[in-house]
Amino acid sequence: MSVITIERRILEKNDEIARQNRARLAEHGVLALNLVSSPGSGKTSLIERTLEQLNEKLRVAVIEGDVHTSLDAERIAGYRVPVVQIVTQGGCHLEAQLVREAMANLDLSGVDLLIIENVGNLVCPANYDLGEAMKIVIISTTEGEDKPLKYPAMFRNAAVLVINKIDLLPYLNCTLDVLKRNALQINPVLKVFETSCTTGTGISEWCAWLEAITRQKSAAIESQGHGR
Amino acid sequence: MHEMSIARDLLEVIERYAPTNGSARVKVVRLRIGELAGVVPESLRFCFQVASEGTVAQGAELVIETVPLVGRCRACGADFHVEGYVFICPQCSSPRVELISGDELEVVELEVEQEGCP
Repeated sequence: MSVITIERRILEKNDEIARQNRARLAEHGVLALNLVSSPGSGKTSLIERTLEQLNEKLRVAVIEGDVHTSLDAERIAGYRVPVVQIVTQGGCHLEAQLVREAMANLDLSGVDLLIIENVGNLVCPANYDLGEAMKIVIISTTEGEDKPLKYPAMFRNAAVLVINKIDLLPYLNCTLDVLKRNALQINPVLKVFETSCTTGTGISEWCAWLEAITRQKSAAIESQGHGR
Repeated sequence: MHEMSIARDLLEVIERYAPTNGSARVKVVRLRIGELAGVVPESLRFCFQVASEGTVAQGAELVIETVPLVGRCRACGADFHVEGYVFICPQCSSPRVELISGDELEVVELEVEQEGCP
């Protein structure tokens, strides 16, 4: 019996492709966001509200992940932005390779902001780097205030928390402060937005922040002497 | 069921590093998996058993070391086990806590047997 020392990350191949994706996005000055949440928390609706406000100001593209259908991409296509659908055929999360293939179908030189909508799942997407600048976790008030405690890795790995469906709070046993406290004890630096995609509450604040960080990213690329 | 895709990725790593001669068999795979990695060992073993059929690692035993979730306080420097995923320093209550360990998903080593020479 011989022993072979490996000391490698199990996901090293995914991580390597994610690094390549990140380099490619940086080269074109694209800010990429990985939107993660449970099914039905409002990821697609948030993208729709975002496009309504930012489509005139930024060049946005969308990659849609879905297990079986292209329904979400069809919704987004109505906003006349470049959209690529990834159907995972049963796979419960997106992987870097799938995003690389999707990116090959986009002209990144004409994109400022790339929104990647992951498969609805609070467990698996936490492990898979896609090459994004940050993960945005969305939770809806109907899911209950305990979700951050049940899925800590996702909340730890995200940079931003969007609490959606806040218009439903009066009808629910969900206390916003407790939900936020639960998320912030796992990740005290989470930036939190409170939104309702139905009434539009909080969407302007979210979009203003998104526009600002996208412009910062583009400015940083230009100041690095892009096109020297 | 991300244990299945992790098992598939694990197998790829094994096949990359295991000896390529036909008689070698991987008997034991040692892994380090962090508390925060969200992997259920029993589920990973089951998926690996299925995924490894017909490969150099068919029937190999997965020995999994669970790595504790340890944080370090950036304010007072204390290292502590993160209980209940509360990333707040138990000594000085600072929320500026960095992760020291607990998100690992690593293959440490393989034990390989050449058939015919135990």
